[in-house]
Amino acid sequence: MQITVLYFARLKESLKYSTEEMLLPENVSDIATLMTHLATRGGAWQEMFAGKQLVRAAINHALVTNDAKIKAGDEVAFFPPVTGG
Amino acid sequence: MTVRVQTEDFDAGAEINRMRLIRPDTGAVAAFIGQVRDLNNGDRITALTLEHYPGMTEKALEAIVEQAKQRWDIFDALVVHRVGTLKPTDQIVLVVVSGAHRGEAFAACEFIMDYLKTEAPFWKKEQTSAGEHWVEARTSDDAARERWIKK
Repeated sequence: MQITVLYFARLKESLKYSTEEMLLPENVSDIATLMTHLATRGGAWQEMFAGKQLVRAAINHALVTNDAKIKAGDEVAFFPPVTGG
Repeated sequence: MTVRVQTEDFDAGAEINRMRLIRPDTGAVAAFIGQVRDLNNGDRITALTLEHYPGMTEKALEAIVEQAKQRWDIFDALVVHRVGTLKPTDQIVLVVVSGAHRGEAFAACEFIMDYLKTEAPFWKKEQTSAGEHWVEARTSDDAARERWIKK
């Protein structure tokens, strides 16, 4: 299935990516497995998704936990803990 | 109920007045303004850049205000949050809450800020004399939000 993935703040800067259309491999079904998959790209990807960085996720504009399921057409976003206000 | 994300500055006085006059049975208007500090963790700040997630930000703020409305007997609420590059003493955020009495307005205003700090997708980057860096989330902000969770 195909999804859109967005990156913000430190992630966007380190990965040098703000958005991508992604065809998910069979074994990716939720946020946790998507993060593991992204980490296999190595370099900054591994650092961001398999290292000590705290990463938050949203699906279709709602904050989710790492066990949240992903459906075809979803907009998934990854970002650091928020610091507004 | 209004939520705005904008690069332009806001006129807090005018916003408070507008809120005050929406309903003649309004007896209390509580407001909070957050502004850019010139010092953070000992670093001299020259500028602050705020990034956000267009689309999600508005929804997150609306959901926070909606929760406040369900929890307290308030009349109306306004949240204005700026994005882009700001300088020390520039205004960042405005929250205005109106109601019949001060207790509910104060509580709802504080609740909205505590949730905004931990759930609305904004990120700050500080420019200092020593270079630039992303601001780290504070555990004290999480603790502030936890206070509102009913045990």
